[in-house]
Amino acid sequence: MNLLNRLLRRRDPSGQDIAAQRLRLVLTHDRANISPGILALLKDELIAVISRHLEIDAEKVQVNFTEDQRETRLVADIPLMQARHRRSSD
Amino acid sequence: MAGKIITISSGKGGVGKTTTTANLGLGLAMLGERVICIDADIGLRNLDVMLGLENRIVYDIVNYIEGHCRLRQAMVRDKRFPELYLMPAAQTRDKNAISVSDMKRVAHEAAELADYVLIDSPAGIEQGFRYSVTPADLVLIVTNPEVASVRDADRVIGLLEAEGWAPAQLIINRIKPDLVRRGEMLDADTVLDLLAISLLGIVQEDPNILIASNRGQPVVLDDHSIAGQSFRNVARRLRGEDVPFEPLKSPSILQRIFGAR
Ligand SMILES: Nc1ncnc2c1ncn2[C@@H]1O[C@H](COP(=O)(O)OP(=O)(O)O)[C@@H](O)[C@H]1O
Ligand SMILES: [Mg+2]
Repeated sequence: MNLLNRLLRRRDPSGQDIAAQRLRLVLTHDRANISPGILALLKDELIAVISRHLEIDAEKVQVNFTEDQRETRLVADIPLMQARHRRSSD
Repeated sequence: MAGKIITISSGKGGVGKTTTTANLGLGLAMLGERVICIDADIGLRNLDVMLGLENRIVYDIVNYIEGHCRLRQAMVRDKRFPELYLMPAAQTRDKNAISVSDMKRVAHEAAELADYVLIDSPAGIEQGFRYSVTPADLVLIVTNPEVASVRDADRVIGLLEAEGWAPAQLIINRIKPDLVRRGEMLDADTVLDLLAISLLGIVQEDPNILIASNRGQPVVLDDHSIAGQSFRNVARRLRGEDVPFEPLKSPSILQRIFGAR
């Protein structure tokens, strides 16, 4: 991003940023051979399965791909509901 | 010792594979290397016109594979650099005329006669892509700094990895320094970061390339062309020289006014 843009504190993302962002997404899905719709489905199923064993905060569940070099992994962030009656010690 | 077999590929068409093959072929020949360029784009022969050798073709690669001529007869010698040869594609056949093992045999035979064998791959990821990359020791992926082209490059890189084919290096072609500076075009770092392979060259958009292809005199021969300099540097890097990446240069006012050089 050039100096002028920074000086003008342009709020809109540049064409460059948008292209990079869109690419990141399509590459992730291409590499994992999974369409974006499947990911949403997978998330719902994960929530259903885990809910059978744990009380989770379904609203806040995040399922995403992360990329490290050319390695893709699926990362699920599943917050548990605050246990109200947790024992202080075992 | 057999020469190195390098395939120029991309997935997407029109990104500059043939331009790159012609310029690197000449660039390596200018450095004194023995080079054979194979046009593997059967049915869409183009490398001959880029190199300015179209008038001297008698036989082509399919004639050789089918046993109608000897290997030497299917190679056109460049008058500028007698150690540079073109093996033309057949124009009236299609990609099914060549099998993976045919191309492997031809490429390895050529490698016995040269220091470098460059294979100009057709677009796509089907048969033509397969027979082009199978014999390679190294695959050069050409991409343009735009979403569709980078995406296709990634697909090709993924296939090379999955099939255990040769390692890949990247050439980013048609980058426009003005647009990058204004934040309107993907920059080389972002493309590299996304594709995560090593970089061999960055070639700017250069109107001299069109002029050069009209004349059959690739820009690598032109001392004043920005892209020509980049291709000369890529040729040297291929030989293992450590050549720093050239800074992006906007065309000068004069270059702007007169379009090209
Ligand atoms: N760096 C560049 N600057 C300007 N034009 C270019 C550049 N690289 C390629 N071109 C043009 O792009 C077109 C496609 O190039 P070509 O090498 O035939 O692509 P491919 O073989 O991948 O289909 C040609 O018209 C060529 O002149
Ligand atoms: Mg081509």
